[in-house]
Amino acid sequence: MVGSLDRVSSAPTALSRAVILGVVAALLFGEGCGLSSSPGTVLRFWAMGREGEVVAELLPEFERANPGIRVKVQQLPWTAAHEKLLTAFAGDATPDLCQLGNTWIPELVALDALEPLDRYAAASPIVDAADYFPGIWDTNRVDGTLYGVPWYVDTRLVFYRRDLLTAAGFPDPPRSWPDWRRMLAAIENERSPDRHAILLPLNEFEPLLALALQQDDPLLREDGRWGNFAAPGFRRALAFYLEMFQRRWAPAVADAAISNVWNEFGRGRFVFYVSGPWNIGELRRRLPAHQQDTWMTAPLPGPDGPGASIAGGSSLVVFRASRHQAAAWRLIEFLSQPSVQRRFHALTGDLPPRRDTWRDPGLAADVHARAFRDQLERVRPAPKVPEWERIATEMRLVAERAVRLGLSVDEATRELDARADRILEKRRWILARRGAG
Amino acid sequence: MKSVGAAWWFVAPALVVIGVFFVLPVFAALAMSLTDFDIYALADSRNLRLVGLRNYAELLQTPLFWKAFRNTLYFVVVGVPLSIGVSFGAALLLHSRLVRFPGLFRTALFAPVVTTLVAVAVIWRYLFNPHYGLLNYALSRVGVSPIDWLGDPSWAMPAIIVFAVWKNFGYNMIIFLAGLQSIPEPLYEAARIDGASIWRQFRHVTLPMLAPIVTMVNILTIAGYFQLFAEPYVMTQGGPLQSTVSVLYFMYEEGFKWWNLGSASAVAFLLFLFIFAVTAVQLRLARWTHAS
Repeated sequence: MVGSLDRVSSAPTALSRAVILGVVAALLFGEGCGLSSSPGTVLRFWAMGREGEVVAELLPEFERANPGIRVKVQQLPWTAAHEKLLTAFAGDATPDLCQLGNTWIPELVALDALEPLDRYAAASPIVDAADYFPGIWDTNRVDGTLYGVPWYVDTRLVFYRRDLLTAAGFPDPPRSWPDWRRMLAAIENERSPDRHAILLPLNEFEPLLALALQQDDPLLREDGRWGNFAAPGFRRALAFYLEMFQRRWAPAVADAAISNVWNEFGRGRFVFYVSGPWNIGELRRRLPAHQQDTWMTAPLPGPDGPGASIAGGSSLVVFRASRHQAAAWRLIEFLSQPSVQRRFHALTGDLPPRRDTWRDPGLAADVHARAFRDQLERVRPAPKVPEWERIATEMRLVAERAVRLGLSVDEATRELDARADRILEKRRWILARRGAG
Repeated sequence: MKSVGAAWWFVAPALVVIGVFFVLPVFAALAMSLTDFDIYALADSRNLRLVGLRNYAELLQTPLFWKAFRNTLYFVVVGVPLSIGVSFGAALLLHSRLVRFPGLFRTALFAPVVTTLVAVAVIWRYLFNPHYGLLNYALSRVGVSPIDWLGDPSWAMPAIIVFAVWKNFGYNMIIFLAGLQSIPEPLYEAARIDGASIWRQFRHVTLPMLAPIVTMVNILTIAGYFQLFAEPYVMTQGGPLQSTVSVLYFMYEEGFKWWNLGSASAVAFLLFLFIFAVTAVQLRLARWTHAS
């Protein structure tokens, strides 16, 4: 039984297959007939999921503008991407450039797999650091060195049912935690048996992480050597998070128990939902036309006024082992042009990382995207250590235990620090050795 | 002498393949389980530390490992008898003369084994849905209040067991059916002439004749069920409250999600030792009952 792991891998689209075929044909033809003396540079570009399917549509323009360069796109399914990158590194088979979730950058930097991009960015007329949202740009810097250029951004904020919130007596969305508390309590008091005020799925760490990033205390201390969860900042975030469950504003459920979160949102089973930009498209697609006016997005409330949220998203990186780094940078520049990013947004719905792109009239008029535009000025990166994703998972697990089993904030933060310190043991050893050597 | 040499040449290709793709990796994994191999070691081999048995010692002190172990044991202790019982019952029904169109039913009952796990998991998630699920609907007809199958830590494993039994019982059913069909008819005839009831025929002809098959099915099923992985991977991702994390799921996360290959190899060897011990006990028990 079991053992085998079925994976859903997406087949390359006809277009990318055509590109690959074209490249192969060009090589064979060029070499076989001796028509061209140089076969040109072939860039190997790995992209993931939907972006991998769509980016091929943008590339013919790049190839026309750069006759010497051909781009070969390989799509990776997100579920297999991390594994594939690490095995490629182990087998010296990394591509020239790659789309990379920005929380993975520290890990690949630890592997010394990425090429620093500072000198390229400094000389570039297109990639203008000041035009990018600062929090997003910052996720690409590790120890002061730039390793990636943001491609699209992802953050978490509040989706809410405007009609239900108005009915509860609040015409505007919350701006601060005290506002939010009042609204949550008022909605819950209406005592609709099947309605909760807010949905925070227990299988996601992002809602709690977003609240924690609003605080001044960092989540790890001493250059990522130790957990800092017992600091007042995280305790405040966790206390608010737990309060939402203890007062039954949020149901203690994971995503799997909901089956179809969009239908439930449409039915009014919850009024607030902390989620990301992909749900703009999902809600437009899945809610019936007469309900399209009932929902809206709002920036994430902070402890006292509009708060920060997570600086997520994907970046474009160049691999150190690549022999075509300059050509790879040309492709990054091409994909970073505001006009190309607009087309990319139209194809994917991904939110662009630079302010110039957002000036596009279509994007500026998008009422649901507006809150994201505002939020993006206030996003912060998660701690930049390779172990972070594991620590974030432990954070979710401990928070789930606190919700379901009633751990106190003290117990939960102590447990979390212990787990983080254990995970960071190897990092401390390496830093100590590097310091000594 | 010469023929022995020739025989070695004939088996050599198979042995080479087994050696390269099985024996070698096993020993490499054993060696790896004595190190703290992780992404830092992948970056630079000087970051690799030889830690002896520390991975094993730490695992034995990790609450989640024990939790995964208990979850797996729960799955085996409840799931294996249930699975074998259902397989055996289905095989008896198919073998009896009561059933019309046995070919149709045989195919239908075997179908879950060959369907894609991921696809049927989607269907089962709907069956288990607390609000619209067919299962809760059926239970509500007999007055049972709704159960949050996949969301409640105490019900998630039973849900996984039900799903796994449904998915897997067809395989053993076919083996049992083959066993039943190979019992010579004259034995039953003789029993009937001696006046044995249906139950005594079953007790004194069917069961003893099937004993070797039951032993084999037992061993294979237990070893297989200890390697629970795909069901929780697609249904619950180990949740809620890690109540469906199995040993293999724990190993997968340790190895391929967090890239702690040293510790993951140690998990694999601990699981191997345990399955090995359980199988040895079973074989001894089987031999002992056979002798007595």
